[in-house]
Amino acid sequence: MQEGTRLTRSIGLIPSSVMIGIFFMVPFVLILLTSVSVPTADGDYQLGFSLEHFDRFASWFYIERALFSAGLCALIALLSLLIAFPFTYMLTQFGPRSQTVWLIYILAQLSLSEVLIAFSWQILLSRTGGIANILVWLGLAEKSFSMAPSAGAVLAALVYLAVPFSVLLLYPALSRLDRSLTEAARTLGASPLRTFFTVVVPVTRPAIISGGVTIFVLTLGAIIVPQVLGKPEHWTLSVLITDQAIFNFNMPFASALAVVLLVISASVIYGVTKFFGGKS
Amino acid sequence: MSGLIIEGVTKKFGNVTAVEDVNLHFKTGEMICFLGPSGCGKTTLLRMIAGLEEPTQGSISFEGKDLTRVPVHQRDIGMVFQSFALFPHLSVGENITYAMRIRGHSRSEREDRAKELLDMMHLPGVADRRISQLSGGQRQRVAIARALALNPQIFLLDEPMSALDANLREAMQIELRKLQQELGITTVVVTHDQTEAMTMADEIVVMGRARVLQTGSPMEIYKKPVDKFVAGFIGTSNLLPAKMSGENAVRVGSAELRVEHGAVGQPAGTDVLLMTRPEEVFVRPIGASAPANAVTGKVSFVRDIGATIEILVDCDGHEVISVLTPKDWPDVRIGDAVTVEMPAGACTVLAA
Repeated sequence: MQEGTRLTRSIGLIPSSVMIGIFFMVPFVLILLTSVSVPTADGDYQLGFSLEHFDRFASWFYIERALFSAGLCALIALLSLLIAFPFTYMLTQFGPRSQTVWLIYILAQLSLSEVLIAFSWQILLSRTGGIANILVWLGLAEKSFSMAPSAGAVLAALVYLAVPFSVLLLYPALSRLDRSLTEAARTLGASPLRTFFTVVVPVTRPAIISGGVTIFVLTLGAIIVPQVLGKPEHWTLSVLITDQAIFNFNMPFASALAVVLLVISASVIYGVTKFFGGKS
Repeated sequence: MSGLIIEGVTKKFGNVTAVEDVNLHFKTGEMICFLGPSGCGKTTLLRMIAGLEEPTQGSISFEGKDLTRVPVHQRDIGMVFQSFALFPHLSVGENITYAMRIRGHSRSEREDRAKELLDMMHLPGVADRRISQLSGGQRQRVAIARALALNPQIFLLDEPMSALDANLREAMQIELRKLQQELGITTVVVTHDQTEAMTMADEIVVMGRARVLQTGSPMEIYKKPVDKFVAGFIGTSNLLPAKMSGENAVRVGSAELRVEHGAVGQPAGTDVLLMTRPEEVFVRPIGASAPANAVTGKVSFVRDIGATIEILVDCDGHEVISVLTPKDWPDVRIGDAVTVEMPAGACTVLAA
C-alpha cells in the first residue's frame, strides 16, 4: 500500500518538475554553457570551456556596474518598504469593504508596465510639460527645468513601480496579525507608536524581509527605466546584458553578465534570509 | 467614592446595542465575575473598563478618578486575553517585563521582577524560553504574570480558562482566586461558565441581551434568582408552571404549596413559575404520611453517577430533578409513583 502512494505522489510531481525543467533549468543551463563558450575563427562561438568572458567582467567598469545595480536595488527595496509598510498596516485597519476597494486599485497599478511608467515619468519630469512648471507657478523656481535624466529620476520611478508590489507582498502577513497582540501591548502601557515599533514590526519581520528581498530581485531586472530616465552612468547590469545580447550580438558575454546577476540575487536571498530571518 | 463605579454605561455599534444602561458599584479588592451567554455584552463591558472601547454614554471611574476618556495605555490596568496574546517574538521573561521595558526600567530590575513573578506563578526558570515551547497552562500563567508585573490597580481577565483543557480549568480557578485574595487586587473576570463564577467570585453580575439581570454573591444568585433566565443559567433548576392562589401560596396541578421567596405578592390566578433547586427537593414513595409541600409524579429515570444520584420525576408532564447522596437513597425505581417534597423555604416564585 505504501509503495502505491509513494508512486502516485511521485507521479504527481511530474507536471511541476517538467515545468521547472523546461522554463528554468533548460535556459539556465544554456546560459551557463554560453557564458563559458569558446570563440571560433570566424567570429562565432562553440561549446567549450573558456573563462575569458568572466575575465572581461572582472574589469572595474563592470564590477562597478554590478555594485551600483545591487546598491540601487537595495535602496529601492528599502524605500518601497518604508512607504508601503505603514500604508499597508493602516489599510488592514479599514473596514473589509474599503480594504477590497484599495486592494483592487493597487492591483490595477500593477498592470502598468515598466515601459508605461518610464515614459509617463519622462513626461512628468520634463522641462516643457513636467512638475517643474508647477514649481515655477508656485514661485519656487525661476524657470522650468528638466528633472531627468538623473539618478533621482531612476530611483523615483522604480520605487513608484515597487510600492504597489510591496503592499501586496506585505498585506497577507499584516492582515493576519492578531489584533489582540496590539491591544495587549496597549494595556501594558505602550502608546500606539510604541506598539507599532515594538510589536507590529517585529512580529511581521519575516514578511518584511522576504518582501524586501523579492523587490530587490525584481528591480534588478528593470531595463527600460534606467535607459529612459537615466544617463549611461545610471544604467544597471540588466541594461548592459540587453545591450550585449541584442545590440552587440555578444551572447557569451551577455550570458556571463547574466550569471553574475544570478549569483548576486542568489547570495542576497541566501545571506539576508539567513541573517535576518525571512520566511523561506 | 472608592471602588470601581460604572454609571449609566451604554455601548452602541452602529444600530446594534451591545451594552445597555449598566450601573454597577464594586468595592476595591473584590473579585467580580461578569457571567452570561455569548453576545450578552459582558466582554464589551470589560473592554470599556480596559479602555479598548469607549462608552457611547455613561462613565467609568475607579477610586474617584474618572477613567472614561483616559486612553488605554494610560490606565493602570493589567489584562489577560482569551488567547493570552503573548508576544511570539519575545522570550517568556521579555513578555512578562514588557510593560517595564516600555517605562524604561533597567535590565537588572526587569530580570529580578521576571524571576519573582515566575516563582509566584510556579514556573521557575523558564524566563529564557520561547512562547512556542510552553504548554497551554504555562502560557496562561505567563499571561497572568505579564499583566501583574507592575502591580496594576485593576486586573481584567477575558474568559481566561477557555483555552485550557477541562481538567486544568478547575485547578486554575482555585489558584487564580487564591492569588487574587493574596494580592488584594480589584479583579473582573468575564466567563460563560457558571461553576467558574461560583468558584471564584465575591460578586457575580449576570448579564443577558446587553443588560444586567442580577448582581449578588454566588449564593444569593443561586438561591434567589430574579427570573427564569438567571435561574436556568446558574445551576440546574426545576421550573414548574403554577398559579398564584393567595398570599404566599401557589397551586401546582392539584397541589397547594406554601411559598416564601420571589414574586410572592402577585394577585391570585397569575401564572407563575415555581423554582426549586434539585438538592432541596426530596423524593419519597407514596405512603402513609404525605408531606405538606409536595407534588406527585412518576419516576422517569434514575442517574447514579457515583458520588450523587439524580432522580428524574415526571410531574404531570413536567420534569423535576432531585439530587441526593447515596446514603439518602429513598429506594424508588423507574415507574414508581412518588411524592416530591418541596419545603416552603426552598421554593422561589418567578415570573412566567
